[in-house]
Amino acid sequence: MALLDIKNLSVHFGADERPMRAVDGLDLSIEAGEVVGIVGESGSGKSVTSLALMGLIDAPGRVFADSLTFDGRDLLKMPARERRAMLGRDIAMIFQDPGTTLNPCYTVGDHLVETLAVHEGGSRRALRARALELLQQVEIPDPQSRLAAYPHQLSGGMSQRVMIALAIACNPRLLIADEPTTALDVTVQAQVLDLLLRLQRERGMALMLITHDLGVVAQTAQRVVVMYAGQVMETGSVPAIFKEPQHPYTAALMSALPENNAGRERLQTIPGVVPGAFDRPVGCLLAPRCTFANARCQSEHPALEHTPAGAVRCFYPLVKS
Amino acid sequence: MNDHSTNHTHFLLQVDSLAKHYPVSTGFMKPKALVRALDGVSFHLDAGKTLAVVGESGCGKTTLARQITMIETPTAGHLRLDGIDIATATVAERKQLRPQVQMVFQNPYASLNPRKRVGSILEEPLKIHTTLTAAERGDKARAMMARVGLRPEHYGRYPHMFSGGQRQRIAIARALMTNPKLVVADEPVSALDVSIQAQVLNLLMDLQQETRVACLFISHNLAVVEHIADEVLVMYLGRVVEHGTKRQIFDHARHPYTRALLSATPRVDPEQRQVRFMAKGELPSPLDPPPGCAFHRRCPHAIAACATDVPELRLVDSHWTACHRAEEI
Repeated sequence: MALLDIKNLSVHFGADERPMRAVDGLDLSIEAGEVVGIVGESGSGKSVTSLALMGLIDAPGRVFADSLTFDGRDLLKMPARERRAMLGRDIAMIFQDPGTTLNPCYTVGDHLVETLAVHEGGSRRALRARALELLQQVEIPDPQSRLAAYPHQLSGGMSQRVMIALAIACNPRLLIADEPTTALDVTVQAQVLDLLLRLQRERGMALMLITHDLGVVAQTAQRVVVMYAGQVMETGSVPAIFKEPQHPYTAALMSALPENNAGRERLQTIPGVVPGAFDRPVGCLLAPRCTFANARCQSEHPALEHTPAGAVRCFYPLVKS
Repeated sequence: MNDHSTNHTHFLLQVDSLAKHYPVSTGFMKPKALVRALDGVSFHLDAGKTLAVVGESGCGKTTLARQITMIETPTAGHLRLDGIDIATATVAERKQLRPQVQMVFQNPYASLNPRKRVGSILEEPLKIHTTLTAAERGDKARAMMARVGLRPEHYGRYPHMFSGGQRQRIAIARALMTNPKLVVADEPVSALDVSIQAQVLNLLMDLQQETRVACLFISHNLAVVEHIADEVLVMYLGRVVEHGTKRQIFDHARHPYTRALLSATPRVDPEQRQVRFMAKGELPSPLDPPPGCAFHRRCPHAIAACATDVPELRLVDSHWTACHRAEEI
């Protein structure tokens, strides 16, 4: 059985009559120890999905789902107290901007000790020792003195390492990383991704890696989920999707990458922009931007069809010629 | 692409050992420290060409842009634009030079005045630099909007009514209103999604072909640079570490830092991925740069000399590299 199983998750914002569907009928499952990449442009609902999972969508946002099962238990039917205890312990999350996610009034040591005290408890001395050990695991140089450092004294890469240390403090079984390296320089990004993957392997954690960078997903994940305007467009294993994308959107995203346009004068583009809250098409969400769209695509909404390689939401999936 | 010191022919932009140092307060009653944000940078740029400046944050890319656009005055060195040295130029000459250099900023959500309509944003440079009448300015603005792919009805709209890609089109249109000879683009596509990034990059290349404008393209995304640049300048802590044509840098990089940048860039195609050559640690503090080669503490090839002698930029493998061991590695 899958570690995490999301069935028909929707997140709505705004008025009841005309809601903004940030996430629209999303199905997703993650096996224990698996690395799943979630890619999509801004506004595709990647981050909102992870926030809904962590119970961080505040009113007036509304979360609906048939089930949100983690390790055989439905997070939605669970008492709030139990769910809270589970979050941060069994499911942990790393956010995009390390500069704003650490509390500027507390030291690195305080952050780690608080997390450990809430979930595991123990003497102050034991907690300090655990905190030091965690900083060593995320390869922070001179960990002893960093325990007393405040967030503003750390560089971006260092703060992200502290965030990772916080997230893995209680040995989570699922780690959600929401654009963990977007704010970092390429050399530091490579170091942080290597660290995440090493920890994932050593601990057998499942890793849900949310990013807009196709290169990052191709290099780290085993399976990929491509999202567009709140819906899953295509899923499949990384080698299969990057070699032979079946959905026109995935194919168009790939061909817009500069690295796939070597030798060409101009880049291939996708015309138009992601639909907003009030201009969602009736048919396929991609239809206005898709070069293959016909009358059926404009009027009917395609379902996510399972294929041998994964799943694809398109009436006319691209086939290998 | 040659010469790093002499100046014989007339280039559109010629930069000679340009330096910018900022004094920084280190605390009450303590002496001021000096940050060498730019330290002896030289290059030149021809009309119609694109020079990409790459490096991590804090390497001096943006400081360089601020000197070239005359927002700040350099501490030392020369900056010649169209043959006129900015350091010794008179006020009248500077005023003439300003419309020749325009800038496109990184974040289109912050670089457009939210209280002005697109029309007045585009006409403002003309108000300052030309004596055209309001009607003539309006015509020019509308013509420019058509060239960057904005519709005529957008003329009276406010910036918040546009998406990120369209805003960057407005910013590019504004930069081109005065018919500049040089556009400095500071990370123009890093705030945009892949599909929009491709549209904006194509627009930049189309406009460059039409107008023969030179472009200083600042970026940390090497995949984008590989597509758009003619020449590449790699900077590290205020200094140039490698400078060559695009193919020289991407196929025959000599400096370990350039190689680290190349191998750290994520690639979709497994065959394009390079053997991981990781730079250890992070960029050192510019307040306290390491002695010798600034990169030696992160470099896997460092030898004793790297910790003491600053490597000079020299010609290796037909392009410029600042590394003691460029021949061996």
